[in-house]
Amino acid sequence: MNWTELAISFFVLLGGLFMLIGSIGLARLPDFYMRLHAPTKATTLGVGSLLIASMLFFSIKNSMFSIHEVLITIFLFITAPVSAHMMAKAALHVDTQTLERTQGSEAHQAATARKSTPSEADLANKQEGSES
Amino acid sequence: MLKTALLLVNFMIAMALLLSLWRLIQGPSLADRILALDTLYINSIALIILLGMYMGSPLYFEAALLIALLGFVSTAALCKYLLRGDIIE
Amino acid sequence: MDPNPRFRLFPMPVQSGLLFVVWLLMNNTLAVGHIFLAALLALAIPIAVSSLQHPQPTVHKPLLALRYFLLVLMDIVIANIQVAILILGPLKKMQPGFIAVPLDIKQNLPITLLASTVSLTPGTVSCDVSEDQCWLYIHALNLVDEQELINSIKNRYEAPLKEIFGC
Repeated sequence: MNWTELAISFFVLLGGLFMLIGSIGLARLPDFYMRLHAPTKATTLGVGSLLIASMLFFSIKNSMFSIHEVLITIFLFITAPVSAHMMAKAALHVDTQTLERTQGSEAHQAATARKSTPSEADLANKQEGSES
Repeated sequence: MLKTALLLVNFMIAMALLLSLWRLIQGPSLADRILALDTLYINSIALIILLGMYMGSPLYFEAALLIALLGFVSTAALCKYLLRGDIIE
Repeated sequence: MDPNPRFRLFPMPVQSGLLFVVWLLMNNTLAVGHIFLAALLALAIPIAVSSLQHPQPTVHKPLLALRYFLLVLMDIVIANIQVAILILGPLKKMQPGFIAVPLDIKQNLPITLLASTVSLTPGTVSCDVSEDQCWLYIHALNLVDEQELINSIKNRYEAPLKEIFGC
């Protein structure tokens, strides 16, 4: 029992740590597109390890296999990138401010307009790069 | 030992909720507020799972699953509102 | 594709299997009654909704798909640790940036999978796809070498996806 309790405590602490880091990133990072990284990544793993802990806990406590927490994990892993993508798209649409030192302003403008290519010269450049 | 860890993590997630709440109030843009709401619902899923483990009852699983489903749908609806100015076209 | 999918017994075999497994997981049981109910639902619901289905590219190499899934799972863990270090580190050094990645795959499903993978893996979030589906726009948290990032996305994630769906 002691070893399993240690494992459960480890996963719970890991999960809590990642959730906290995700929210610290949300509060601390300077612009929206950077803030987007923190919750989408840190929270998926945070909730994931909390659910692993919960699975272990209930499997041992009731001494039968309890894996229905897997459903929430799968659901969050599928929806986290989708909602991040939708939020980024909405932010591009309403012209959210970016940090001044953000690079790649052509790509940013092209993404806002949903235009096909940043520019002809850029296109030729990229294809050379990917072939080499 | 597990109870201590659970209490500690409860505290950590409460801090995470407060930080997201601060971002929700602070803004500055609408997209930031949507992101803060998204983080809030994921944090509350974690809080409910912890509560279930603390109480030793598997009943809280359904609540967590429902919050996950509704949270995703509400994030999608809010983003759609920003994108199109309308939710159901 | 079958010209009249409504009258086939298993119009959506993958979705039927998924429905069966999810029903049993949701009830957290292997009781005989629930297995029967799950089988009934897995048979009935796909027949009812199969006329709503869009034709999608099918998976040609399931083993490669499994390998890709494990690769992504491993990269998620690495991504989380990297992003955690970046968040807690000094903010002044970070160089965020937008980049455009040219896409070789054209169908909706592979592009969706690629965009989701990019969002879950180190330091990048996919923002938008151009209207003709030739470019994927990505925001990187710490952009050091643009060309290297584009190459790594193309070789590590896009090439296996292209092979899996055979397009």
